[in-house]
Amino acid sequence: MIRHADYLIIGSSHAALAALHTLRMHDSEGAVTMVTRDASLPYSPTVLPYVVSGRSQPERVFLRDDAYFRAQKVDYLSGIEVERVAADRNVVRLANGDEIGYKALLVATGAQPVVPPIPGLGGVRYHVLRTLDDAVALRAAAAGARRAVVLGAGLIGMHAAENLAHAGADVAIVERLPHVLPGYFDADAAAMIGRAFAAGGVRLFTGREALSIAPGESGEPGCSVVLDGGETLPCDLLVVGVGVAPVTGLLQGSGVAVDRGVLVDDSMRSSVANIFAAGDVAQARGFYDGVKTLNGILPDAVEQGRIAGMAMAGDPGIKPYPGGVPLNTYTFFGQHAVSVGTHGEGIPGAETFTTVDASAARYLKIVLRDDRLLGIFGINAAFDPGVMWELILRRVDLAPVRERFLDAPQDAARVLMSRTWR
Amino acid sequence: MTGAYSTIAFDAARCDGCNACMVSCAQAKAGSDEVADSRIQIVAGDGAFELAMCRQCGDPRCEANCPAAALVKNEDSGVVDWDGSKCVDCLLCTVGCAYGGIVRNARAGHVVKCDLCDGDPACVKACAPGALRYVTTARIYNEVGQLEDLFVPGLSGCQGCNTELIMRHALRRIGPDTVLATPPGCIPGMGSVGYNGLTGTKVPVFHPLLTNTASMLAGIKRRYNRLGREVNAVALAGDGGASDVGFQSLSGAAERGEQILFICVDNEGYMNTGMQRSSCTPYGAWTSTTPVGEHGRGKTQDAKNLPVLMMMHNCAYVATASTAFMEDLYAKLDRAIAASKRGFAYLHIYSPCTTGWRFPSQDNITVARMAVETNFVLLWEFDPEAGLQLTHPVDAPRPVRDYLEAQGKYRHLSPEQVAHIEAGIDRQAAFIARLAQAGGAPPARPSFA
Ligand SMILES: Cc1cc2nc3c(=O)[nH]c(=O)nc-3n(C[C@H](O)[C@H](O)[C@H](O)COP(=O)(O)OP(=O)(O)OC[C@H]3O[C@@H](n4cnc5c(N)ncnc54)[C@H](O)[C@@H]3O)c2cc1C
Repeated sequence: MIRHADYLIIGSSHAALAALHTLRMHDSEGAVTMVTRDASLPYSPTVLPYVVSGRSQPERVFLRDDAYFRAQKVDYLSGIEVERVAADRNVVRLANGDEIGYKALLVATGAQPVVPPIPGLGGVRYHVLRTLDDAVALRAAAAGARRAVVLGAGLIGMHAAENLAHAGADVAIVERLPHVLPGYFDADAAAMIGRAFAAGGVRLFTGREALSIAPGESGEPGCSVVLDGGETLPCDLLVVGVGVAPVTGLLQGSGVAVDRGVLVDDSMRSSVANIFAAGDVAQARGFYDGVKTLNGILPDAVEQGRIAGMAMAGDPGIKPYPGGVPLNTYTFFGQHAVSVGTHGEGIPGAETFTTVDASAARYLKIVLRDDRLLGIFGINAAFDPGVMWELILRRVDLAPVRERFLDAPQDAARVLMSRTWR
Repeated sequence: MTGAYSTIAFDAARCDGCNACMVSCAQAKAGSDEVADSRIQIVAGDGAFELAMCRQCGDPRCEANCPAAALVKNEDSGVVDWDGSKCVDCLLCTVGCAYGGIVRNARAGHVVKCDLCDGDPACVKACAPGALRYVTTARIYNEVGQLEDLFVPGLSGCQGCNTELIMRHALRRIGPDTVLATPPGCIPGMGSVGYNGLTGTKVPVFHPLLTNTASMLAGIKRRYNRLGREVNAVALAGDGGASDVGFQSLSGAAERGEQILFICVDNEGYMNTGMQRSSCTPYGAWTSTTPVGEHGRGKTQDAKNLPVLMMMHNCAYVATASTAFMEDLYAKLDRAIAASKRGFAYLHIYSPCTTGWRFPSQDNITVARMAVETNFVLLWEFDPEAGLQLTHPVDAPRPVRDYLEAQGKYRHLSPEQVAHIEAGIDRQAAFIARLAQAGGAPPARPSFA
């Protein structure tokens, strides 16, 4: 049997849900099908660290319920993987062999963990964190872990390490780059975050490479991670969080242009006119340099999903994608780090203003060019990231309030907000 | 789908930066006196005060950004509710909010946001200068939206005309047990009496002459009274039909205390027949019969103050209203309906005419609001016991020039004419204020020497 949908959405996470929301605002009747390989109702990968820590109960993290899909007249097909997109026939093939036809297709398949080619890794048991099942498994394993090693000091690895430390394990993090959370924070901020981890009993091996993984003594669970300096880190729990890659396999042979992710224009349209992509799977224009890039963060998945939904439904109110801005918020050991925008590397004329108060664990960095905001970064510093994002996108001239902005960015930005777009 | 919601409105011009709102919010929500704990934040800009607080967005981005389903727009209250048992303190909501409306609070240890204090906001109560208002107008639209629309779809008013709004809302509220009279004017002109043998309403409607509206309605109402059936006898008339040739029958019905609700939609002229002057057309206004040219400078006489004349009949209820103040209009409509069961009720609604007054069609409500804000028209109500009371006193009226300049029909005014209008506004305000002070019913033989 072949089904047909006016709108077919692959994926059920932030990008997919945002697209469904906006397309339904414009077209309340068109037939919508959402297919996801998640076996459950929709949830966010971002909540998973809190499932691991026990703060969130797995049955309370769902972003929508059945009643929502009924009310929106959406066929929600869960636990079903899309294997192939046949763009020439406007159908997708499911793992069970069924096909679904579509008029417009959204690929919101997100990303999945990269498994690095470290010799020995294939022979040992390790954990990744992308799905609810991963989280439940890691939580169970963490309960009994005494020694844990985390490969990768990105957000996922750092969250995992903190959770394992709280669970009582002796934790080590191995990161190839010179500092933690590369891309979002500079060396000063990363050092501050690193200190909190060290104080929490986590050992950091930054600028270090895991050369190989040796299996544990026979009969023993666990393994040993061999570092480039020669040390060996024995552990009974190994977490791999070295990065993610867009899920594009289903597009092979479809004619949809894929670089690292699905290449999309400013309305999230791929190289095939009725196929769209949004979220972690999409490679869209960067705000600062105009180069198409991956921006694997939740707020951008929402932004891109909203645009894709409007484009698919033909909503004339659509505004083109303003370009991706790196953004993040990060809570660690009760402290709060926020990063909005670029540090300005390679941007001529960028001016940087940094205040570090190590004793109060407070850090604030503002990057301007021509009195326009390029980026703002804080640890335990008060400002509204959403307002700053908007100031960046609108290229608001800060010259008239420059001193106040550098001195008290939250108040100055709120005044500008209230005057400009309230 | 959901309806409209109540909301907190901020008028920066009235804010004096006293911080009372922030202190009262901090006390109510955090048990502290620190303004930092307030969920409403007033920030000093240069010379003015600005606001950061949750807008309870219709399509909230904080909710879309929440990975833990901790933020949900409440369809009943309109508030974006925060569920502390689900929040994971990730702060992604603060990335989504472009208004500084959801912010991490150190004392609480999590994000906090305005929840409108369950419909009784502490900040609004604390705001002495009136910069913060809790606007509950939405309630009316939701309530009236539930009531049956008693006009057919597709009335053909001019673009931007608000008379359709008045007609549909009024009849929804008055209800189906109604006989409606629509004398010649815009209201039947846009299709309410109907076409091809079908009426444009779902209630009995008739099209009297301009001259006999009130007397015909009086007869119908008396007949129904005799039959023992309770029916609302309602007129939806224009100012021409009410103040000029229709005035004799109107005055007679009012004097006899007929149980009628007479609604006059005052657009200051005979607009549907080509914009001729009526006795309600203001001084100086251009109409097709008070032209502007080599000699003509618009109307040379002042407008008749019809609602005051009706009040002098000592009716059961008389009020003036404006579509820019719907809560006020609705309260008066309710009282007028109730009064029409006892005696004569008269409601005079000022209704700008996009076509005849010559302003852009999207500005109707703006012009209506300016008429009130400049004291060009006054909103008041009267009943024999309480006398006349202003329902929306304007202490510091805007310059009337703002109002005049918004309309093409005053474009030709000379400074002398503007001065005449200004003097008239002051006289009217003083006169109504004296009536308000006097209170009670007008004397049987009034003298205001
Ligand atoms: C542990 C962790 C922590 C994170 N923390 C943060 C953070 O703090 N801040 C931040 O901004 N971002 C964070 N992220 C990233 C954020 O979760 C993602 O950017 C966001 O979820 C992307 O949404 P998406 O809809 O594009 O894709 P995803 O959330 O990856 O969802 C993809 C969807 O597609 C489905 N799918 C995939 N392939 C198929 C297929 N072939 N057939 C059917 N269905 C398929 C999946 O089941 C899933 O429903 C974190 C991610 C992780 C894993």
